[in-house]
Amino acid sequence: MAPLLEVRNLTVAFDTPAGTVHAVNDVSYSLEEGETLGIVGESGSGKSVHALSMVGLIATPPGRIVSGEVLFNGRDLLALSQRELFEVRGKEIGFVFQDPMTSLNPVLTIERQIAEPLRRHFGMSASQARTRVVELLELVGIPDAARRARQYPHEFSGGMRQRVMIAIGISCNPKLLIADEATTALDVTVQAQILDLVRDLKKKIGTTVIWITHDMGVVAGLADTVQVMYGGRIMERGPVRAVFHDPRNAYTWGLLKSLPHGGRRGVTRLYQIPGNPPDLTKEPIGDPFAPRNPFATERCRIETPPLGEVEGSVAGHKAAAWYDLRAELAATQVQP
Amino acid sequence: MSESTMKPLVSVQNLCKTYGGEKRLFGGSTRALKAVDNVSFDIAPGETLGLVGESGSGKSTTGRVLLQLEAPTSGDILYKGENITGLSKPMLKPYRRDMQVIFQDPYASLNPRMTVGEFVGEPLEVHKLGGSRREREDRVASLFTKVGLDPSFMKRYPHEFSGGQRQRVNIARAIALNPAFIVADEPITALDVSIQAQIVNLFQDLQDELGLTYLFIAHDLSMIRYLCHRVAVMLRGRIVEIGPCDAIFENPQHAYTKALLSAIPVPDPDIERNRRPLVFDVGANLPPEDAVLRPVGNRHFVLEA
Repeated sequence: MAPLLEVRNLTVAFDTPAGTVHAVNDVSYSLEEGETLGIVGESGSGKSVHALSMVGLIATPPGRIVSGEVLFNGRDLLALSQRELFEVRGKEIGFVFQDPMTSLNPVLTIERQIAEPLRRHFGMSASQARTRVVELLELVGIPDAARRARQYPHEFSGGMRQRVMIAIGISCNPKLLIADEATTALDVTVQAQILDLVRDLKKKIGTTVIWITHDMGVVAGLADTVQVMYGGRIMERGPVRAVFHDPRNAYTWGLLKSLPHGGRRGVTRLYQIPGNPPDLTKEPIGDPFAPRNPFATERCRIETPPLGEVEGSVAGHKAAAWYDLRAELAATQVQP
Repeated sequence: MSESTMKPLVSVQNLCKTYGGEKRLFGGSTRALKAVDNVSFDIAPGETLGLVGESGSGKSTTGRVLLQLEAPTSGDILYKGENITGLSKPMLKPYRRDMQVIFQDPYASLNPRMTVGEFVGEPLEVHKLGGSRREREDRVASLFTKVGLDPSFMKRYPHEFSGGQRQRVNIARAIALNPAFIVADEPITALDVSIQAQIVNLFQDLQDELGLTYLFIAHDLSMIRYLCHRVAVMLRGRIVEIGPCDAIFENPQHAYTKALLSAIPVPDPDIERNRRPLVFDVGANLPPEDAVLRPVGNRHFVLEA
């Protein structure tokens, strides 16, 4: 079966007064129907920009899609007009963004905002839409849905607003739901509820999900496949257990190792990745993590490593590395 | 409430901060919000007390009121046993030297029109310390080295720095006056994941080297566990549980603490997939007005009716 989404050699740049920002560099991957892909990375890794550019949500200019194809159900999204993209966004691909405080319109009722894509894409009447809105609010676990639907965003707590955002994201039964840092602004207890809700929704409606976050813990619990991005490139990707337990890229390894893991100061010292995030205005040559990588070789600085299957792991586990992380770790006696 | 033999460096006693509640022009009053409600704790010299809780729990307000960046509604703040609550600005100035603050956003807390060297040296100038211009520059250079920045960066402006470097600049300024006590309000939250460990290690090194005492406010519980000696958990303006780090994490007593701990995502798929977070409905479980902190273990207290 053809994958639901196939990204081929996507490269995105921004022309800014400070120079060209190479935000996404030659990113390729595919996503099967029903799969949950967790994309991990820090600011500037290209994780959000690549998702937004797939559906024409970056401002052009300054943004510019340099090259690539994004096949969604076999159709190249990058070749579509804005009018055609209107039909894709919200209907076939749903979105949930980070900040539920600013993503909702404060002067419209919740009902109006959830109904908007339904009326637009399916031409539902006001009363049909109302029924569906109440259904959706119940689905995302908002009690007393019929009454709550007529309220305004300020009458909802942060967690409840994020549930509303998810209701909007899934309102048209999209084939793909893209959530960008959707729980980052929430308290951990509320985040836990939202993550439970997403797992539950996946069981009920089987949506394919791309979950973009910087939190390794969130990905560990939610994703089937994890994809680690850095400096606009995919550094490693694979089944979540393989990547977490047997990382093959030094950045993935460093990220996992720098977390406290229940350790205590005085007993253990946190491993710290040296250096600073890359300057994206520099021409992307070589492995973007090389300047911070204790295992980097001369080749890493001059030639970009391809994302290839790793040896001795499960199928689909790929890493971009010229060095052999396992051998390096064994040699230095450092354990992840 | 501390059994520690050392005298506390900082104490707050029955601290309250209420917003609103003012009389309106034509009678009636605005709704009062108790942001900090009868909070008491001690911090021993060299200790790190972690303050955790959800947004709106009053943890940041507690830090700000403790430093008297805002006046408390009632309650006392003691520094080395002296009551410094409500002192006038000139009277408070010597204490301000000893008590510093680091904020969450390293982008917003730097002055974009000042070189980072001037920014770090400014407190020395304000407090007329550091002698001549030349001596002050030497002091700033040594502060840069101490926080892991190259002294040659002193002449640069904030926009030339990454988030982690900016937070190092803020830390350099905070330690410029050789303070004894630092309130760090979410100091790593806005930083990239790959930078957080660097800054946490820096906090730890500075404490070991300079004997600093910290009030560390955060919502990332795994970092709190790593860094703090004791932890206080806040809920709607009140401390619901306080105790040694191990007691709080291994043997939490309050339902809210339990829910909070159960909600931390664990970066291990085998554990994370089987984790079942406990649900705690804050609205239905607000601690009764007359609840008090009762001992449940060594230096471990829980708010109970």
